[in-house]
Amino acid sequence: MKVKHITEIAIALMLARWKQTLVAAIGVTFSIAFFISLLGFMEGLNELLDGMVLNRTPHVRLYNDILPSKLQPIDLSKEYKDHHNFISSVKPINTRKEIYNAQQIINQLKKDKRVFGVAPKITAQVFYNLGNIDLNGIINGVDTEQEEKLFSFSDYIIDGNYKELKIIPNSIILGKGAADIMMAKIGDIITVTSTEGEQFSLKVIGFFQSGIAEIDKVQSYASLSTTQKILGENSNYISDIQIKLKDIVQAPALAIEYGNFFKIDAEDIQTANAQFETGSSVRSIISYAVGITLLIVSGFGIYNILNMLIYEKMDTIAILKATGFAGADVKKIFITISMSIGIAGALAGLLFGFLLSLVIDAIPFHTTSLPTVTTYPINYGMQYYSIAAIFALATTYLAGWLPARKASKVDPVIIIRGK
Amino acid sequence: MENNIVLEARSICKSFHDPVKIDVLKDISFTLSRGEYASIIGRSGSGKSTLLYILSTMDTDYTGELLIDNVSIRDKSEKELAAIRNEKIGFVFQFHYLLNEFTALKNVMLPGFKLNKLSEAELEHNAYEFLKDLGIEKLAKKMAYQLSGGEKQRVAIARAMINDPLIIMCDEPTGNLDSKNADIVFNIFKELTETFNKTLLVVTHDLDFANKTERIIELDDGRIVFG
Repeated sequence: MKVKHITEIAIALMLARWKQTLVAAIGVTFSIAFFISLLGFMEGLNELLDGMVLNRTPHVRLYNDILPSKLQPIDLSKEYKDHHNFISSVKPINTRKEIYNAQQIINQLKKDKRVFGVAPKITAQVFYNLGNIDLNGIINGVDTEQEEKLFSFSDYIIDGNYKELKIIPNSIILGKGAADIMMAKIGDIITVTSTEGEQFSLKVIGFFQSGIAEIDKVQSYASLSTTQKILGENSNYISDIQIKLKDIVQAPALAIEYGNFFKIDAEDIQTANAQFETGSSVRSIISYAVGITLLIVSGFGIYNILNMLIYEKMDTIAILKATGFAGADVKKIFITISMSIGIAGALAGLLFGFLLSLVIDAIPFHTTSLPTVTTYPINYGMQYYSIAAIFALATTYLAGWLPARKASKVDPVIIIRGK
Repeated sequence: MENNIVLEARSICKSFHDPVKIDVLKDISFTLSRGEYASIIGRSGSGKSTLLYILSTMDTDYTGELLIDNVSIRDKSEKELAAIRNEKIGFVFQFHYLLNEFTALKNVMLPGFKLNKLSEAELEHNAYEFLKDLGIEKLAKKMAYQLSGGEKQRVAIARAMINDPLIIMCDEPTGNLDSKNADIVFNIFKELTETFNKTLLVVTHDLDFANKTERIIELDDGRIVFG
């Protein structure tokens, strides 16, 4: 029995009941389209929300933590070596925040194949002077190019060009909240006072908005050298090294490795932001559950319609068997019908899913927290399309298999006699 | 001597068990030779249709032995039985049973697709020739449901012929036809036995029809009483 003739019979049977066939195919199309757009939308949203924090957080941060010395004088005493000791009110030692040999560490890290990029950073505590009033502020000294490469710095610059930070000496990008309070415009000169009491005049070249109001009221950005000047430090002074890895999963292991290797404090992103991943995976699970339910429901639709078709076409099945078609041939015919519905529905579903994603992608969506986002986020990952297609084919096969088996077992004698 | 027997039944018995045991067929034994034109007659409930379904290999629930073309069909799988039906047996039913989704020509060709010995073009040619022999070549492209009863029956006969079977079995082929069409069908069958040397086994309650056949097998209460 040639495939061609099996298909021919299957097509003839489908055409005889083309409305039901169409409804079944539309069911598959509908479920696949929604599966794809739902998961794409959910994943887009996940990425957006996680990105708000995770993209701006280094995977591993190297710094000198303010901690009490791990080695207290009593630990050195031979006499009390085998004793336990309790010390109350231990004060941190006066460590410098500077990272020793920062440049060498950066060079070493850049050679590491697991590292995507390294960005140095300095934080400086300042006051923004506003007439009589002093506002608390933090100036982040950053390497603009690295910051852009690693943390999409420019996405959060709502006005001005971040590249000027390096070109124009004594320039600053103000947090939007701080700028609003100071009523500063681009080109204005503002005054800041360092914790040492020195005053600096800085030129405003842009505004920065992270979306988290508390941060925007306090934080500003300046170049590394400007920040070093404010702090009164030399040009080797670096207080933080931010590392972005190629694979975020390695962060905890590498944080320990770097911490030991460079004898420095290292913090990984998972420790710093544990809650985000939980949220993302729960949202993903929910949307997969909904999507797969849609696909299964469409499978039941196919099952029903094929069952109906078999009851209607009992005569046809009986005659095919009487004229020498084996049960296996009849089964193939009905599986072919089911798979044709599945494949046609799936192809249309993939297309409609993509179109629906495009539509969602075009719906305006403005949020102060994300200045670069203007429409709803959508993830166009191939994995959703392939999961949907594979799952749809699997469900239609199963949905067709049971009725097809029933059809293959039809006893022609009973049907022909029954007339 | 060449063995001309195409079908042999050896003491076939069948009973229905629901609700009580009823013996429908009792010790049926007979042979059919090549080119024979036989009819099975009997009153309603005498078991003639039941016998035909057993002889056609569709019903396998019986005791005794059935040989088709000198091969026992005991212990054959469902697939092998289907292949035997396809290749060696042609069917004509009382209720025409064409597939309404196809044209007359495609209906004739369908068993040929299953046999898969000839190309589609050859099959189409053969099918058309059979329709022509039966005088309905003009209807080849019509859908099955557009045909009249007599026309349908002739298409069904052409379908029974397509795989060049050894034996053609008919269940009340004229039951739904007027006497004119019944005559046409009878003559077609006669021609099949004479020109194509086919064996024909017709179940009928039409005595006029049966009397014209070469051999009459009469069943009564599950036993062969004549023939």
